[in-house]
Amino acid sequence: MSESYSGSTAVEPILKIRNLTKRYAPNAPVILDEFNLDLKPGEFVALVGASGCGKSTLLNILTGLEEPTSGTIETSHEASLMFQEHALLPWLTAGENVELALKLSDAPEAKALNADGREARAQELLELVHLPTAFDLRPHELSGGMRQRVAIARALAQGRKILLMDEPFAALDAITRDLLHDELIRIWDETGLAVIFVTHNVREAVRLAQRVILMSSKPGRIIREWNIKYAQPRRIDSSDIAQAAAVITDELRKEIRRHA
Amino acid sequence: MPNFEHIDIDIALEAKKRQEDLAAMSAGLDALETSSKQKGSRSKALLKAFAPLAAVAIVLALWQLAIVLKLQPDYILPSPAQVFASLVDQFNQGLLVPSAINSLRRGVQGFAISLLIAVPVGLALGLNPTLRAIARPLLTGLQQLPSVAWVPAAIIWFGLSDATIFAVVLLGAVPSIANGLISGIDQIPPIYLRAGKVLGAKGFKNIYHIVIPGAWPGFLGGLEQGWAFAWRSLMAAELIAVAPSLGPGLGLMLDTGRQLGDMSLVLGSIITIMIVGVLIERLVFSPIRQRTLRNRGLIGR
Repeated sequence: MSESYSGSTAVEPILKIRNLTKRYAPNAPVILDEFNLDLKPGEFVALVGASGCGKSTLLNILTGLEEPTSGTIETSHEASLMFQEHALLPWLTAGENVELALKLSDAPEAKALNADGREARAQELLELVHLPTAFDLRPHELSGGMRQRVAIARALAQGRKILLMDEPFAALDAITRDLLHDELIRIWDETGLAVIFVTHNVREAVRLAQRVILMSSKPGRIIREWNIKYAQPRRIDSSDIAQAAAVITDELRKEIRRHA
Repeated sequence: MPNFEHIDIDIALEAKKRQEDLAAMSAGLDALETSSKQKGSRSKALLKAFAPLAAVAIVLALWQLAIVLKLQPDYILPSPAQVFASLVDQFNQGLLVPSAINSLRRGVQGFAISLLIAVPVGLALGLNPTLRAIARPLLTGLQQLPSVAWVPAAIIWFGLSDATIFAVVLLGAVPSIANGLISGIDQIPPIYLRAGKVLGAKGFKNIYHIVIPGAWPGFLGGLEQGWAFAWRSLMAAELIAVAPSLGPGLGLMLDTGRQLGDMSLVLGSIITIMIVGVLIERLVFSPIRQRTLRNRGLIGR
């Protein structure tokens, strides 16, 4: 593990965030303060921070749900977003949820599909997330882990190169979460997506990411970042991961104590 | 020295094995976490289907008891058999079925026109806060007003025509349907709207794919209430606006009974009106409601 403040610049970033700042009113507190990030194609970055670090605000700005107060986002790619709650539409089956993403997508590959093509592609994506028989099941018939995998399939259906994940596994039990870590790394490996993964869980960040960014709270600012150089697939219970997580957790606690 | 290839194959195999393990792990956990659903027992379903008949039987028994005890003379309270005979008589005269069908046709047509008006109004008011602030009180006022109150006005405006009857039906049904759609839209969980936004649903696509299905449970309530109001308003209009040009109807049948002082016909007409209403609820709305609740996992069974 090595500390660094900038990654290597050999590859052109897919997403450049420059001095992004957000406050909800001119005199309101700063939520996000001068946030900078370069995301390279296929890179997996985790953002870690305590409550109030502006992580969710950042993701909302990146997906266009909110406007930044100042700063720029340079990217030629739109991003998909996955929430903590699965956000599957309960009036559609798992397969139809994925199909809807294809139907609404502006990606040329998705637009070229007819109804049969969409159904086939949706089934393919469900197979990718290891849910080959879930097409006709309703969200309420699925377990929490299955729902999140359908949500991953739905996000993938949008055909975008950047996937934003807002604490997607926070509500899952430990066994399911472990498994979804393995699944996510496998899917990331197979699809070559660039991922920004927001979490409160330092170990989870170290388990998954190539780069872990620690954020301060109120205002949300980058404190430090670490490159995690262990090969995937990692194990969350390995001592390497635990030791790396301990270093970051110590920094995080220092930041939290500052607010006492 | 010749071992490179072997090592390569082993790594690939290991990776493949891990993948297969992962697939099996996922499948195993999925199987553990989704319990196979038990269907409701057969006796429960039978009970549900036949329980309403018990209420009918009790009412008939009490009614027959009153007849046996001779509480009232039969021109005030005819027996169930007399009422039934009166309906059979109407049937034999070729009046019962055309009356019911004509009323039902008007009800369905009036309801369909109401939908055409109420859905755009409900969507506009549900999605636009300014329009809602302006128009919702008016809509609620109309919903509170019994639509029978419009019958005299409608007769003056449209004469004794189908237009009068439809006007009253519309004024009864439109506010309920529109208000139901508005409440349905208000009750859409915000996460679905956010999901729609993230998936790129905008404008008409957002309304079609997210807003209407999201609002559906509340909207369905509005539709049921709208139908009930349409049916009542229709009966009131038929009862008051009586003219040969309007053709047969259950309201007219009821009015005929009143004019002839034929209590059996009056009660027979009332029962027919009720039965038609109940049948529409049972055969149209109830299955849709059950399906909606089941699909969305809102009935735990």
